[in-house]
Amino acid sequence: MGIRLETKEYSKKIKKNALELVFRKRASHIGGSLSVADILAVLFSRVAKLDPKTPKAPDRDRLFFSKGHCCSIFYACLFESGFISKEEFEGYADNGSRLTAHVSHKVPGVELSTGSLGHAFPVACGVALALLKRSSPARVFCILSDGELNEGSNWEALMFAAHHQLKNICVIVDCNRIQSLGFTHDILNLEPLEQKLAAFNFDIVRIPGHHHDVLTRELAKETNRPRLIVADTVKGKGISFMENDNIWHYKSPSESQFEQALSELDKEYS
Amino acid sequence: MRNTFIHELEKAAEIDSKIFLLVGDLGFSVVENFQTKFPDRFLNVGIAEQNMIGIAAGLSMEGFNVYVYSIGNFATLRCLEQIRYDVCYHRQNVKVVAVGAGFAYGSLGASHHATEDLAIMRSLPHMLVAAPGDTRETKAITHLTTQHQGPAYIRLGRAGEADVHGRDIQVTPGELIQVRAGKKTLILTSGGILSWAMREADEKTPDAAIYSVPFLSGNLNKKQLTQLLTDFDQVITMEEHQLNGGFGSFILEQAADLYSSGALSRFPKIRRIGIPNEFAEICGTQDYLRDHFALRLP
Repeated sequence: MGIRLETKEYSKKIKKNALELVFRKRASHIGGSLSVADILAVLFSRVAKLDPKTPKAPDRDRLFFSKGHCCSIFYACLFESGFISKEEFEGYADNGSRLTAHVSHKVPGVELSTGSLGHAFPVACGVALALLKRSSPARVFCILSDGELNEGSNWEALMFAAHHQLKNICVIVDCNRIQSLGFTHDILNLEPLEQKLAAFNFDIVRIPGHHHDVLTRELAKETNRPRLIVADTVKGKGISFMENDNIWHYKSPSESQFEQALSELDKEYS
Repeated sequence: MRNTFIHELEKAAEIDSKIFLLVGDLGFSVVENFQTKFPDRFLNVGIAEQNMIGIAAGLSMEGFNVYVYSIGNFATLRCLEQIRYDVCYHRQNVKVVAVGAGFAYGSLGASHHATEDLAIMRSLPHMLVAAPGDTRETKAITHLTTQHQGPAYIRLGRAGEADVHGRDIQVTPGELIQVRAGKKTLILTSGGILSWAMREADEKTPDAAIYSVPFLSGNLNKKQLTQLLTDFDQVITMEEHQLNGGFGSFILEQAADLYSSGALSRFPKIRRIGIPNEFAEICGTQDYLRDHFALRLP
């Protein structure tokens, strides 16, 4: 296995590195990266069976990251867990780099290139089906954004995974309530999300998406049914001026904002 | 063609346990035998083509060679971005098989007319694009795709097409297949309009040479095409597809490349026959609609 850190320490490191990356590279999507950070920290550092030495091991757990635009935090995990070097991580989005600004399958640890929303869940279903056919113990995690649920392909996959009872699949919805141009409830209301999803015959749970112990418990749980975790999160979590403001879907922090963000993170984790 | 395709696929699936067939709730009286023989490698995913292509990509990631079968536009345009991104970009082993090429489902209306698919599929990197001209080409192309690593698109007619070649043939991507030798005029066709073109030629230009060109991706054999374009005074392309970006366009591109590189000393006279970038807004049999759009030799 890769470097095992406590989930808390892990999440702090990936948040700092993602912040620094978007600051230095003038990159976008830090808000959604911070909302999903704790979910990824728990998966990478504790729950998912992943090994940077054998990123293609047949019985590895599969981690599909459908909200590929939040790549800064995902690449930070790949760096923290030893899938990519510091040098490669820091070369993010440079000319010639394979670290494209939506996650790329050319990077070890990335199962599927994403960036166009609504793609990963159907692919994860195909992988889950194949793994079940050969009785693999591997689990398939698929992280979606809530805004992404606007895409009809996700609902096709929901029907499919439920109908075929793909018990090895665990879908996590990073429910930060904000999509590209505003609040999900103003653009295309998803609520009551839990009831809607439950009607598809999933084993569903709604949890606080930044609580590591709850995340660990629910992500580790395996049942005889496909699982769906609605994780209530905060876009821009942990940075006061970023929280719940969709400008951080686009903007890169200034130097003073970056310094402030780092000091807020230090305080939160002290 | 669809019967030849499924028969050949069943034969391959008997030896190759990696062959998987997905259908989008279509394939009545075509896929049942495959389903019975290989229940573990067949799945009707429902009327959900985007999901179908995603699932195919996922199964391919785990080692399967996945055929997805549906009607023309449903297997291609409905799920185009999944084909582009999940399949072609990731070079997955997914074979998209569409039935109902051109006006094969003539009376069913524009929803069922596959008349832009070739232009779109051949623009996708890594996609092997094949439009067999008869049952023998269908058989050979199906077999070839069972061995081919990577994405492919197979454009089939429906049932009851002619056996033009009259014997099993070999196909190679890039090769033009001689159907009839001739002089002065060279008729190039792609897909199931081959037998129609032959009847037309019998009537109007019995001396013309006819070649079937089933592959529309990559480059055509340069030597063969240079020779043909040099030997004939007049070239006519015929397709059951929009003129924009289709088979005739493919030949023009290939000819232009040969001319600009110096391989051809004069640019050939190429006349394109195809659907004039219009939808069919009336009913009709396949032949009726071909006639309606004047898919005729001069």
